Amino acid sequence: MARFLAWRLAQSLIVLALMSLAIYGLIGLMPGDPIDLALSADPRLTPEDVARLRALYGLDEPWLQRYFAWAGRAVQGEFGYSRLFAAPVLAALADPLGRTLLLMGGSFLVALLVGLPAGMAAGARPHSRLDYAVNFVCFAGVAVPAFWLALLVILLFAVTLQWFPASAVALEPGLGPQLYHMALPVLTLGLLQAGGIARYMRAAMRDALAGDHIRTARAKGLGEAAVIWRHALRNALIPVVSILALDVGGLFSGALIVEMTFGYPGMGKLLFDAVMGNDYNLALVALLFGTAVTLAANLVADLAYAVIDPRVTFGGLEAA
Amino acid sequence: MSPSRRAWQRFRRHLFGLAGLVVLALLTGACLSAGWLAAALEIDPAAVDLFGQFGSPSAAHPLGQDDLGRDVLLRLLLGGQVSLSVALAAALAAASLGTAIGLAAGYLGGWLDALLMRLVDSVIALPLLPLLIVLAAIDPAKLGLGDLGEDQGFGLARIVIIVALVGWTTPARLVRGATLAARAQGYVLAARALGAAPIAIALRHILPNVSGPLIVATTLAAGQVILFESALSFLGLGIQPPTPSWGNMLTGAQELIWQAPMLAVYPGLAIFLTVIAVNFLGDALQDALAPRTSERGPL
Repeated sequence: MARFLAWRLAQSLIVLALMSLAIYGLIGLMPGDPIDLALSADPRLTPEDVARLRALYGLDEPWLQRYFAWAGRAVQGEFGYSRLFAAPVLAALADPLGRTLLLMGGSFLVALLVGLPAGMAAGARPHSRLDYAVNFVCFAGVAVPAFWLALLVILLFAVTLQWFPASAVALEPGLGPQLYHMALPVLTLGLLQAGGIARYMRAAMRDALAGDHIRTARAKGLGEAAVIWRHALRNALIPVVSILALDVGGLFSGALIVEMTFGYPGMGKLLFDAVMGNDYNLALVALLFGTAVTLAANLVADLAYAVIDPRVTFGGLEAA
Repeated sequence: MSPSRRAWQRFRRHLFGLAGLVVLALLTGACLSAGWLAAALEIDPAAVDLFGQFGSPSAAHPLGQDDLGRDVLLRLLLGGQVSLSVALAAALAAASLGTAIGLAAGYLGGWLDALLMRLVDSVIALPLLPLLIVLAAIDPAKLGLGDLGEDQGFGLARIVIIVALVGWTTPARLVRGATLAARAQGYVLAARALGAAPIAIALRHILPNVSGPLIVATTLAAGQVILFESALSFLGLGIQPPTPSWGNMLTGAQELIWQAPMLAVYPGLAIFLTVIAVNFLGDALQDALAPRTSERGPL
C-alpha cells in the first residue's frame, strides 16, 4: 500500500512539474510582457530604460532559464504579485478558490441527488420505459452546451418564474442572501454533472445485477428490493466512485462557464480575467492550481477504488 | 452478404442513429441554403437596422431581429456554416492526430505505448477549458508567425488547431485498441515474415482494418469539438464577430435576456441539436462498424 501510494504520488508530481513547464511556456507566448505593460503605462520610458528593466527582471534570458528561476521560487512558496489585484498571487487566489469549491461542492450534491437515484432506477429495470427515458435525458445532458443550459436556467427561473436572482453575487451581507443568489449557478452546474453520473450508475448497476451472487440471492428467494439495495448497489458504487473523482477536470471547465455566465467571482472567472488582463503571474498559478487539484482528485480516485474494492491489490507498477 | 451491407443493416436498426443522420442532413442543407435564402428574402444578413431592434418574427424576418436589427434566421444559418465547417475540420484534424498516435502506440507497443497512453490519461484529466483559454490568448507573433493575428482565416485555423489539440484522445484510444487486435492477426504476421517495413504494415495492413473504429471515433470527437468551439466563441475567444457562429451569437445574451429571451434560445438549440444528432449517429455507427460483444448501444 505504502509503495503504491508513493509511486502514484511521484507520478502525479512528475505530471504536475511537466505541466508547470508547459503552462509557463504557454503563458510566455501570451501577448506582451510585464515591461511592455510598464511602457504603455509610462510612455516616458526610453528604449534604454526598457532594455535595462528587461535585464533587471531577467526577461532577456532564454525562457527555460527563466522557468527554472521561477520554479525555484515557486517551491519556496513565492509566486510573485498579481497585477490586477495588486496583491501577492496566493492572497488574490484564496477567496475565489474558496468560492469555487463551494460552488463545486454544492453542485456535486445536487448532481448526486439527481443522478444516483435516476441511474439506479434505470439500471435496475433494463429496457423499461423509465430506462429509456433516463437514457435519453442523459444523452441530452452530454450534448447540451454548458453556457446554453445556464441561459435556459436564467430564462426559466429568473426571467419567467422570477424565483431566483440571475446574478450570483448578493449585495446584502449574510449567509442567507449569498446562498439564495447561488441557487441558479449551483443548479446549473449540478444538472450538467447529473447526466454523466446517472449514465455511469446505470451501467454499473446493470453490470452488478449480472453477477453470479445476484443469481444466488434471487435463488434464495430474496426480495427484489433486498437484492438491489443489499447486494447490487454496493458493487455498483465501486466504479462510480472512481469515475466521479476522475471527472474533476471536466467539473473545472463547467465551473468556469457557469461562473462566467452568472458573474460568480470564482477561480474560473479569475483565470479568465487574469488571461484577458495580462496578469501573467496570476494566470500561471491559477492554471497550475486547477491542474494540481485535478491530479489530487485522480489520486484519490485510485486510492478510493483500491480501498473500497477488496479485489484490487496494490501490485506496484501494474496496479498503477 | 458484404460487410458494408451487414454494417448498414445493423445501423438501420438504430432509429435514433437514423434520426441523427436526418437531422444533420437537414441542418447542413439549411445552412448551405443561407445565401439563396438571403437573395429570396432580399435581406443583407450583415445589414444593421436600428429601427428594427429586437423586431418580432414577421414574414420578412421569420425568427425576428437581433439587438442590431439583423435578421436572426439568416445569421443562424450563416453561423451554422462557420460552426459546422470548423467542427468538421477540427474533428478530422483531431482524428488524424489521434490515429497517428493510436497506431504508433498500438503497433510499436512497449515503453512508447505506455508513455503515449499515460499522455492520453493526463490530457483527459486536465482542466481543458482553462487551458484552451490560454491557448486562444497566445500571440502568433511570439511563435514567429508575424502579423497573422488580424487575419480572419488564421483565426479560423487557430480555433481548429486548438480544439483538435484536446479532441484527439478518444480517437487515439479507439485506434490503439483496434490496432492491438489487428496486430495479432495472421496477415500481419505474414506481412512481417515477408519483410515489410513496420510503417508499411501499419499504414497498408492495419489502418484499413481499423477504419470502422476510426469513423466512430471521428464522429464522437466531432460532438466534443463542437461543444469546445462554441464555448470558446461564447467567451469571445473563438470565432470573432462580425463573423457569426453559434457560439458567439450567444455572447452577451444574458444581458439581453430580459428584452429578447428568444435570442438566447435559437443558437444554443442549434448547437444542442447538432451535438445530440452527432452523438446518436456515433452510437449507431459504433454498433454497425465496431460491434461490442457484450450488448447493444444504449438506445
